[in-house]
Formats: sequence, structure tokens, C-alpha cells
Amino acid sequence: MTTLTAPPKTAPPPVRTRKSSGTAAKWKRRIPLLPALIFTIVVTQLPFVATLIISTFQWNILKPGERHFVGLSNFSFVFTDERLRTAVLNTVVLTASVVIISVILGLGLAMLLDRRFAGRGLARTLLIAPFLVMPVAAALLWKHAIYNPDYGLLNGTLNAVYRLFGADNGPTVDWISSYPMPAVVVSLVWQWTPFMMLILLAGLQAQPGDVLEAARMDGASALQTFRHITLPHLRQYIELGVLLGTIYVVQTFDAVFTITQGGPGSQTTNLPYEIYLTMFRKYEYGEAAAAGVVVVLGAFVIATFALRTIASLFREEVSR
Amino acid sequence: MTHAAVAAPGTRFKKLLRRKDDRGGAPKLSPLWTFVAWLATLAFFAPVAWMVLTSFHQEADAATNPPTPFAPLTFDQYELLFSRDITPFLLNSVMASVLSTLLVLALAVPAAYALSIKPVEKWTDVMFFFLSTKFLPAIAALLPVYLIVKDAGMLDNVWTLVVLYTAMNLPIAVWMMRSFLAEVPKEILEAAEVDGAGLLTVLWRVVAPVAMPGLAATSLICFIFSWNEFMFAVNLTATQASTAPVFLVGFITNEGLFLARLCAAATLVSLPVLIAGFAAQDKLVRGLSLGAVK
Repeated sequence: MTTLTAPPKTAPPPVRTRKSSGTAAKWKRRIPLLPALIFTIVVTQLPFVATLIISTFQWNILKPGERHFVGLSNFSFVFTDERLRTAVLNTVVLTASVVIISVILGLGLAMLLDRRFAGRGLARTLLIAPFLVMPVAAALLWKHAIYNPDYGLLNGTLNAVYRLFGADNGPTVDWISSYPMPAVVVSLVWQWTPFMMLILLAGLQAQPGDVLEAARMDGASALQTFRHITLPHLRQYIELGVLLGTIYVVQTFDAVFTITQGGPGSQTTNLPYEIYLTMFRKYEYGEAAAAGVVVVLGAFVIATFALRTIASLFREEVSR
Repeated sequence: MTHAAVAAPGTRFKKLLRRKDDRGGAPKLSPLWTFVAWLATLAFFAPVAWMVLTSFHQEADAATNPPTPFAPLTFDQYELLFSRDITPFLLNSVMASVLSTLLVLALAVPAAYALSIKPVEKWTDVMFFFLSTKFLPAIAALLPVYLIVKDAGMLDNVWTLVVLYTAMNLPIAVWMMRSFLAEVPKEILEAAEVDGAGLLTVLWRVVAPVAMPGLAATSLICFIFSWNEFMFAVNLTATQASTAPVFLVGFITNEGLFLARLCAAATLVSLPVLIAGFAAQDKLVRGLSLGAVK
């Protein structure tokens, strides 16, 4: 039993098809929908048509007059370019680590918060704070206040601990240059764990209490209950968290822009940042557009899975 | 006449279940696990606490090693921020997020009505069309949007951001509002229609009471996403229309590093969303999951 929003009705009402008033009635129903639909088509679909067209041009703003149609050659560049391949790989590593780690941490936290303990409400409030801090502010905070080798909180605390135990000084680790990818991942995990925790906590609290009670009465251990009752029940919530998290984290721009600028070298350059560089640093509009088309195709693959999951949740909801 | 009295049996059953699930009867954590829970909570909250604390320190006390959390407190950093003109950036942020949220609601509420209360045929397809636009990576739209906006002379204009943020949030709002409007009891709607109540009466007396909390939750989510948006803001604005996140990255590069002031700025720009988010904790999940999870 889930708490997916359920309209009290069972199926969309049959559309009345009386011949005379049918078309007029249909249009009367459609009118409130049209502004939103037209707006969405104009603002979100037309730019992609433009991207497709630009991707077939050789177009560098620094070389005016050389803009001409080149067919698919930008795409062959995109698929053979070393930097772009690195960017694809970095995007996969970044997204997968952030989503997986934050789902695991979020699940742990959700299971703790599902129980009663002193100050549970306050703990929940404090835990969602990282998600509410502006992403750019969070990235700057991690970069300067936490990772900074000279006075960041990490090295500062290490130093304080070392001195506590009588050593002279702690090690001076330059976190961002030594561990660029983990540095970005940690800051993003910090922001996304509360999101996962909220979704999974909602899932846990939607568990019918009597089933758990029955399991307890039958002498099931906590681990057995978790594996055979809680986890299967949570599956769709985990899927939802993973999919929504993936959609957002794949598009990460703020953290890379702020913390590492994609560096050192291109070790943390993900696709959004690489496209940004191609556009506003190299001014290769054609290449940037081709890379954009590739990103859209990649997103399509994720979206197919995501939409299928959401559609099944949705059908379940509507048919109830 | 209350809703509960005529709500479908399914809904009433679910309400019962949910009440049971708010269970005061949830198992208690042992002291050890309570300790773990609080340790984890404080670990996650520590960076936020550090940010706020540092924002009330002098620069000299902010950049010490080892850290000096008990240094004297001061409002200097906040005063400096306002004397360094953070205000126009905040106003731009307010304008971009509030106007786009209003525009989103103006478009999404009628659309959601046509997708739930008086559904058009193939309404699920329409829902999934809206959702699919949310999967298009914004970065792939940046170039054409930049070129179009430049041609139209709309670079560095808050209205450009308003339009883009509206498009960004519209699918979320349509999905959320539909999930709320779907809770409007069909029986009452039909009864009202049989009694010959006008459309406005029905909207005002039947739909509005159920939709209002949804409207609040939806505007909150839209506000949060537009307030925090960075990529379009940093690439499409220069001086006139820059928003708060652009101010944040800008003043680092221009003035070198001032840790305490940075923390003050970060705290200040995060404050509206922190307040809004804390106030609407219960609605947050539903918004973030597009109305799929309550």
C-alpha cells in the first residue's frame, strides 16, 4: 500500500461523443490546457530544433564569414574528440557515485528517522538544510570554508586534533587538487542525501503497520523483516529517487563551475561544463550544438527508463 | 457539508491508514542508535552551522588554523554586504523567481484543471509530454537560447530569466497541481453541476478549498528552483539583471577571498529557501517527486 496520490475515481470518464456538440465540447475542454501547452512547445522544443540546425554548421564566432553547412562532420568530431569522451566518462562517474552514495546514506537516515527518538522532528529539520542551501553557495562553502588547504575546516580540524595529541601540526592536504572528483562528489552527496532521505522516509511511513506487526509476531528478525518486507516495499521509492536524482545530477553545472572549473586538466569536466567551455571559451558553436544533440540523445535513454517507471506508478495511481 | 462525509470509501480508508502510520506507536530507537542518528544529523548540519557561524565572525577570526569557533560575534559582514550593493542582485532574484512563479501558476492551474477535473481525451499523453520536457538537459538549450535572446536584444534582462524559469518549472507545476486537483471529490462536483451551480461557484466552493494547499506547495517548489538557478543566470546576464547566485561567484573573483563575508553572502541568499523549505517540510517531498509521493 503506497500513498501515491489517488484520485477517487477509477478511470478517465468516457468522453461523450454526441455528434452535434462533440467537437465543440472537446475544444471547450482543451482551451484551459492550450496556453501551457503552447508555451512549453515554443520555449522548450524550438531551441532544440535550432540546436539540430546549428549542429550541421561550421560556425566559430571568432572566424566570421566562415559559417557554412558541413553536414555531420561536427558529430564525427564529437565522437572522436578525446576531451568529450573524457567528459562523458566523468559525467557517468560523477552521476553514478553521487546518486548511489546518497541513496544509501539517505536510506540509512530514513530508517533511523522512521523510529521514535528524542528530538526526531528537530533532527529531520536539520537534515534537510543541506538540500535547501543554494547550490552555488554550497559549492563555494565547500571550496573555501571546508576544503581550503590553509584555513579550511577539514585541515583546521585535523590540525586541532593533531595538536590535541601533542603533535606539532596536522598534515596540509590540498583536498581539491589531490582528490578533485571525490571533492565534487562529496559536496553533491551532501546536498542530495536529504532529498533521497525525504523520498525514502515517505516510503517507509507508507508501510502498513499491521504487516510489520504480523512479521514481528511471527518471530521474524529485524534483518528478515527489512529484507523481505521493507525493501520490496521501498523498491519503487528507491527507483523514483534514483531516477529523479539522475536527471538532476547529470545536469550538474554549479558545483563543477565553482569548485574545480573542470580541472585539474579535465579531470572533473562533465558534459554540461564541457559544452559551456566549447560555447563560451572556444566559441565553436557548431561543435557545442552537436555535443548538445548527443547529450539530449543520452538523456533520452535515461528518460525512457524514468518515464516507464513513472508511468507504471502513475497507472497504478489512476487505476485505483 | 464536509469533504470527509462524502469522500469515496477508498480515500477514507487511506486516511485511516495514514493516521495509523503517523503512529505514535512507531518503534523506539535504542539509546545507541539515537546517538548514531544525532551524530549523523549533526555531521550533515555541521557545514551549514559553520557557514552561519563564520558569517558572524571578523575576517581575521574566520581564516584561522586551527579554527576558532568561539571568536567574538559581529554583524560587520552583513553590513558590508549591503554597502557593497548586494541589494540589486537580491531584487533581481526576487523579481525573476516571484514573477516566474506567478506565470507558472497562471499557466499550470488551468492546464491541471483540463487534465484532472474535466480531462481532455488522451490526458495522460499530455502529462507525459510535459514531463518529458523536464528530461531535456538545459545545457543543450543554452546555445540557441543565447543566440535568440541576443538577437532579440534581451540579454541581461530579468524578463528573459522569467520566461526561462517558467518553462523550467511548468512541467513540475502541472504534475503537482494535477495530483492535488485529482483529490477534489467527484461526487460533490457532479452534485453541484446537477444543482445547476455555475462554473465560478464550483471553482470557488468545491475546487479552491482542496487546491489551495497544493497551490501553496507548488509555488514554493517553483520559487526554490528559480531562486537557486545558476546556469542561465550566469550566461545570460551581465550587470543589470544578475541574480543572487551570480553575485556570489562574482564577488570572489573580483575581490579575492573574504571568507567571513562569503559566508555571510551565502547565508543571506540561502535564507529565503531555508525558511520556505522548513515551513513547508511536509509538502516538500510531494513537490520534489512531482506529486508522486505524499
